[in-house]
Amino acid sequence: MPPEFAVRVGQALDNERLRRNLRRTMDGLVAKRRQAFPDIHELAVLRRRGKLIRAQALANLPDLLLELEANCERNGIRVHWAETVAEGNAIVLDLLRRQGARRVIKGKSMVSEEMGLNHHLEAQGIQAVETDLGEFILQLAGERPSHIIAPAIHKDRREIAALFAAHFPEYPYTEDIEGLTAIARRIMREHFGQAIAGLSGVNFAIAETGTLCLVENEGNGRLCTTAPDLHIAVCGIEKVIARLDQLPPLLTLLTRSATGQPITTYVNLISGPRRAGERDGPREVHLILLDNGRSRMHRDRQLRATLRCIRCGACMNHCPVYTRLGGHAYGTVYPGPIGSVLEPQLQGLERQGELAEASSLCGACGEVCPVRIPLPGLLRRLRAEGAGEGEDAGVPGRGSRRKAPQRLIWTLWRLTHAHPALYRLATHLATRLRWLVPTGLGPWARTRAAPVIAPRSLHELARAEGFAHE
Amino acid sequence: MPHSPRVYFFGTCLIDLIFPQAGLAAMRLLRREGLEVIYPQGQTCCGQPAYNSGYEAAARDVARRQLDTFPEDYPILVPSASCAGMLKVQYPKLFAGTPDEERARRLAGRVHELTDYLARVLDWRHPDLGPPLKVALHHSCSARREMGVAGAAAELLARLANLEVVEPDHAQECCGFGGTFAVKQPEISAAMAADKAAAILATGARVLVGQDCGCLLNLGGTLAHRHPQAGVGQSWQGADPGARGVAPAARGAANHDGSGRVTRQPAPLAQGPVVKHIAELLWERTHAP
Repeated sequence: MPPEFAVRVGQALDNERLRRNLRRTMDGLVAKRRQAFPDIHELAVLRRRGKLIRAQALANLPDLLLELEANCERNGIRVHWAETVAEGNAIVLDLLRRQGARRVIKGKSMVSEEMGLNHHLEAQGIQAVETDLGEFILQLAGERPSHIIAPAIHKDRREIAALFAAHFPEYPYTEDIEGLTAIARRIMREHFGQAIAGLSGVNFAIAETGTLCLVENEGNGRLCTTAPDLHIAVCGIEKVIARLDQLPPLLTLLTRSATGQPITTYVNLISGPRRAGERDGPREVHLILLDNGRSRMHRDRQLRATLRCIRCGACMNHCPVYTRLGGHAYGTVYPGPIGSVLEPQLQGLERQGELAEASSLCGACGEVCPVRIPLPGLLRRLRAEGAGEGEDAGVPGRGSRRKAPQRLIWTLWRLTHAHPALYRLATHLATRLRWLVPTGLGPWARTRAAPVIAPRSLHELARAEGFAHE
Repeated sequence: MPHSPRVYFFGTCLIDLIFPQAGLAAMRLLRREGLEVIYPQGQTCCGQPAYNSGYEAAARDVARRQLDTFPEDYPILVPSASCAGMLKVQYPKLFAGTPDEERARRLAGRVHELTDYLARVLDWRHPDLGPPLKVALHHSCSARREMGVAGAAAELLARLANLEVVEPDHAQECCGFGGTFAVKQPEISAAMAADKAAAILATGARVLVGQDCGCLLNLGGTLAHRHPQAGVGQSWQGADPGARGVAPAARGAANHDGSGRVTRQPAPLAQGPVVKHIAELLWERTHAP
């Protein structure tokens, strides 16, 4: 059982090295994104377009998924449906066993994290080898990703050098980034040469052509999806888009929002297994489409916007809370603002509802989201779901955060603020007894001087200065 | 003789009890521009605290009372971008599908954030009567994002000739207030406030102004806690270098309620800035006592 959120928050805030690493890298990513979008009008047009493409796809989700399935099958990609992570894991395991694979090389995939796939496979005697450099580092450290794009962003190169020295003593110690990368490369090449099974995620699944799009910068994704005989792609059902010509605007939004790159080093468009006469490529390609609660989110008009996400990570890069905590403190697969919206819906409000409260609603996330997900509004909606108010979207744990002390506070607040005469009486008493009113109580005053109630309210001062009252 | 144009003033609950001098300064600024300023005594709170906490029914009850309190077709001026955003952007959502939806929409259409109205509607311009002064400007997230009026405060300050206006490092980042967020997640909030306070101190500004008293409560409180000897916190708690024509010895005893009562002994001015709402600074520096 991981420690409580509050404990993890305390640990993260006390970790000066983590705070420094995060601030530096987040500032860098924010600056790169800003430089990547020099024309704010182009950005505005692109964001509107990106939102429309994703919203249209979600509006036709059932039909598009069937079209995707039909066109993938026509291309020779076998399609599997998994309603739960358990079903998804069972399908992967079955495919690997049929192939006789004792090891699978993996490209970066957040859905596989969502499935807890590595853990599941290892329990069944199959080794999962991460080949994305960041994920590779984390596998050595026994940690989970702290960011959806840059999973090891919380570590600086000295920490990584120490990790490599401990795991690969045969290589000379280095803190040089190129030197460290070269070590990882040599180790991975061994795996790429030997593996008979590869697994990847999917950035976009194109219904009209039955194509899987995968972007990456290291070439490991291409190797995982072409070198072994078996390629398994895991994909959330929301990743489908209707047409191939909708891909370029989404790609440019994704890469520029994520890392500030005009395009990634590798853009893989996977349209099936090796054809007759071709000399390389996998002999089998399988696509696993995972639901895991997405259909339920899809049913609610407002919460459906959660599914527009293209996983660029810009919301966390710009989030003042994420920038101070990093991803591990969230205790979830998806951290940051999108995680605080997604995880309470995936895992329920009882377990993860507090994440929706861990936001000042500053709006930085919604401002940068490339597909204009109204993240602050969704956080607020989930708070209402937690309090059992508003439209019932069937979010698990609805009402579980409605606690008696808060209910009492809001009942009193409603009483005084919905009745002006009572409000004026209360404020009159507060101003007259202002030295007795305990404004310094609670956690607020641990780091702040207590506010002082004024001797006269503005209601009184306005009257005294002769301002009309109606 | 035609009547002066009338405007409503929505003072906000925070200003009502903690920062009334900010509200009073704002109303004086508006009256001087030839407006008849109406302060309905039935106003209480925009409802944002409950709304942002998920208690929508309680928020709606309180918000409905505000709909009743501002019935005429006058502009509603709000000295807080956060409360203005609640009235203008959130009310139509809060009342969507209820019998009050139309009333909420009409009210939303009449809401203006104070600095935006001063700078862009009234074209507020007055000679700066104050001494040279370095001022740090903190924009609330609501001003910057929800209302999109951050430029107005900077414009107004730029019209005062003797001010040097600076923005703290990471100016676009939230100060960590967030209403109930500061109470529910006090550690995260405090970490954000500490970074912001450090950035403000690093500017060397003598005065910190903003258009939202929530941020100022948070930042003033944090600065005062960290530098209790410095004249920081609510503006009446310290010496006030922003006021015009006041001898240094007398400044510290600046009364804050316009009644002439002195409420605090002067605090010695150290390196920390005095924290005040932008309306106070504009009024202090442009009117002859």
